[in-house]
Amino acid sequence: MVSQAFEEISPADFFYRNRDIAGFTNPSRAIFAAMRELVENSLDAAELGGFPPDIYVRLTYGGEGGPESKVYKLRVQDNGSGITSRHIPSAFGQVLFGSKYKLKQARGTFGLGGTMAVLYGQITTHKPAYVVSSTGSTKVYTYRIMIDIQRNRPIILERRVLINKDRWHGTIVEFSLEGDYFRAMPKILEYLKQTALVNPYANITFVDPKGRLYRFTRVTTKMPVPPKETLPHPYGVDVETVNRLTQFTQHRNMLDFLKAHFHRVSERVAHSFLEFAGIAKTKNPKKLDPNEVVTLVRMMKRYEGFRSPSASCLSPLGQDLLLAGILKELKPEFVSVCQRKPSTYAGHPFIIEAAIAYGGEIPKRGDFLLYRFANRIPLLYDEASDVSYNVVKSMNWRRYRVSQDMPIAILVHVCSTKIPYKTVGKEFIADRPEVKKEVLNGIREASRKLQRFLSKRAHVEREKRRLSVFSQYLPKIARFSTELAGKEKEPDIRQLLESVNKLGRTETRR
Amino acid sequence: MEEQKQEDDVPALEKKKDAAENLEKLGEEFYHQMDAGEFPWIKMPSRSTENICYNPTLRQYVLGERTVKRSARNVRHVRPFTQLVWTAFFAHQLSTQRKTSTLRDVYYSAQAYEMSFKDQAESDNVITDLETVVRLSREDFNIFPEERSAIFGDLTIEYTVPGYEGRRMNLTSHPDGLMIGPALTYSEFVKTSADKVIAIEKGGLFTRFIEDNVHQKYNALLVLTAGQAPRATRHFIRRLNKELELPVFIFTDGDPWGMHIAMVIISGSANAAHLRGLTTPDATWSGVWATDIVDYDLPTDPLTEVDMKRLHELQRDPRYTDKLWQREIKTFMKIRRKAEQEAFSRYGLTYIVDEYLPAKLEATK
Ligand SMILES: Nc1ncnc2c1ncn2[C@@H]1O[C@H](COP(=O)(O)OP(=O)(O)OP(=O)(O)O)[C@@H](O)[C@H]1O
Ligand SMILES: [Mg+2]
Repeated sequence: MVSQAFEEISPADFFYRNRDIAGFTNPSRAIFAAMRELVENSLDAAELGGFPPDIYVRLTYGGEGGPESKVYKLRVQDNGSGITSRHIPSAFGQVLFGSKYKLKQARGTFGLGGTMAVLYGQITTHKPAYVVSSTGSTKVYTYRIMIDIQRNRPIILERRVLINKDRWHGTIVEFSLEGDYFRAMPKILEYLKQTALVNPYANITFVDPKGRLYRFTRVTTKMPVPPKETLPHPYGVDVETVNRLTQFTQHRNMLDFLKAHFHRVSERVAHSFLEFAGIAKTKNPKKLDPNEVVTLVRMMKRYEGFRSPSASCLSPLGQDLLLAGILKELKPEFVSVCQRKPSTYAGHPFIIEAAIAYGGEIPKRGDFLLYRFANRIPLLYDEASDVSYNVVKSMNWRRYRVSQDMPIAILVHVCSTKIPYKTVGKEFIADRPEVKKEVLNGIREASRKLQRFLSKRAHVEREKRRLSVFSQYLPKIARFSTELAGKEKEPDIRQLLESVNKLGRTETRR
Repeated sequence: MEEQKQEDDVPALEKKKDAAENLEKLGEEFYHQMDAGEFPWIKMPSRSTENICYNPTLRQYVLGERTVKRSARNVRHVRPFTQLVWTAFFAHQLSTQRKTSTLRDVYYSAQAYEMSFKDQAESDNVITDLETVVRLSREDFNIFPEERSAIFGDLTIEYTVPGYEGRRMNLTSHPDGLMIGPALTYSEFVKTSADKVIAIEKGGLFTRFIEDNVHQKYNALLVLTAGQAPRATRHFIRRLNKELELPVFIFTDGDPWGMHIAMVIISGSANAAHLRGLTTPDATWSGVWATDIVDYDLPTDPLTEVDMKRLHELQRDPRYTDKLWQREIKTFMKIRRKAEQEAFSRYGLTYIVDEYLPAKLEATK
């Protein structure tokens, strides 16, 4: 009998072996993924501090690499909240370490992205990463770190503390990685453009390896209302979550326990739920046996009296900012935006924002341009698997006087404490029925406004054509009648022409 | 109706003067409307099928009471309206310059005035509108169709067209016959020795009749209709009948289509319901009848589905109420066969001239 050899691997090792699932599939995807992870961290950090983001991205050439790749040095700098000194090494040197596991909307969720980027750099170039950060205190910290992949631990090669005269706050991350920038370039530029669209209050500067400068300038300093951290909703919890809560709770009875640790559970709701579930109000949560915990969670899902989660943990862009972003990046002839009311799936609140833009710089491609966003991140890959794509394909566009060969862009922004991504690479959103329905409603609402615009325009066009028919033919009728009648002077038909002009004078002059 | 009827048979030249005047009047009407700050408009009889009915007294189709108003205020009308005015203008030029033109010509000439028609059908339709409006046929304002038919026989005419005024011509002078074109249409009849007109559907037989001296043997003017007779020919046959008081005998193939060629000469078509002076109600269809097919035991072809369908239509057609027609239709339906005029050749080439023709002329007198 052959004996099997067992071993344990660390999370870092797992993601090292399975970097595909985090989006680091090939040299061109990798460079794209690395940049976006850092940019998204920077945007999160700036918004956390309440600062309109100023983000500087630089990619420089660093020598030959593998057969399909070159070595690049990536540097991303932000004006965000910074990271407290002692967390800096782990933030970038430890997989599944993060500050965003809380129940509020953020771009980051897994505690994985930034570290994956650094890890990928390390395994392709074997060079340390350089991190500079300050929270705006009197000191600036600089680290040179590598990752101990097998143990999922940062290795600190160098640490320095500098005086922060200007009270600068922010973070700079710089490391080398192999990649294929020229293959990735279109996606990277598209990513930055769409990021600028959905974050119209951000300045983003990018210098590429050829030294070309791309600037995306903010059009406003108004930022969306920041999200508030929230408690778990009874519909959204599982046995494990409840178990953990019972372990650290201070409360001695079920009534207080429910009120304190769950989202939107009032005294009255807690009362009637416990009655419904057949659990005594006075029961000590710490004394729940495993079976009782399972029953509790099951009853929570079945009880219909819980109030739906509030959307304060969400931070949608809002119609004004969405509009500003679209006008700035797409310069359309017409745009309509719509924000749906908050809704929930499996206890997770979400808000759909949708927009449809027409004409202007939007190209005609024989198909709609679909811009997908999740928590203000553009999603660029695997479009055809995305819920929004399916919704757009399923709609009967003729009803809206819209056809595929028109220059139309459709935008869908999903905000949630838990975006139903299908992968940790954050590329596309799963087909949750609740989400799908809201996406559909959002696009419909925006499309109706587009339809009104198009009808009105068609009407104006029809009027113009009508008018041109008259101005083309009436003079001829006048001329031939005059000749037929043997008259000298043609009748004056200016008044007749005026009278058919329903558009008003100015239009005719044109 | 009375007034209309008189108008029908005014001499061609008079009609042409009328045409020019009518067109001028039309122009004046529009001119005054526009001068008064009004969109030009016109009312005319509707040519829709519901407004076409058979008039048993006139023995032809006529337009009913319904009228339509075309106004240049209506965006859908303004283009056809302009085309109508242009066509009137163009026809007026033709009349005053004494030039003729074909339907095809009109279609192309329009382009010189940036008045393009979508296609020939559109321009033909506008011409028909103009006919309806001025109550004259397009030949009266010098627009002729492409297709031409011919005439042969002892008839002396006098030309009235420019350059030929006063010149006379005997219609036996060319052995192929003479084309019934604009010049012949406007000619005056001077004298004839003929005492009848024989109209023939097909060119082959027409030539044979000339070769076999049918015109002399039977004292006849021979007219080739070349299939469905063009309007100018129908008008010409009418004149021969009315002005010279010659009886008209029509010979066609023995099938529903030949029968209808004869009927259109006699009672006109629905398409020309707005016009008078194109019918010859006293003309007779002399053959080939369905009963001739039986009596003469002619070689035949079976009637097709389409032929049968046509027969059913004709059976209900108000022009066909007469006993003879109904009998022939029924016979066709019974024998389910048809025969061409050439079928008589089975009895020798001269049989049709020597035997059949005199018999039928006698029978249908
Ligand atoms: N530019 C930055 N400014 C401030 N904090 C940062 C910055 N970059 C990373 N961090 C901190 O490091 C943590 C880990 O970042 P990482 O990108 O690995 O995970 P995440 O953003 O939490 O989740 P995700 O895997 O979804 O990106 C973050 O939670 C954040 O606290
Ligand atoms: Mg991140």
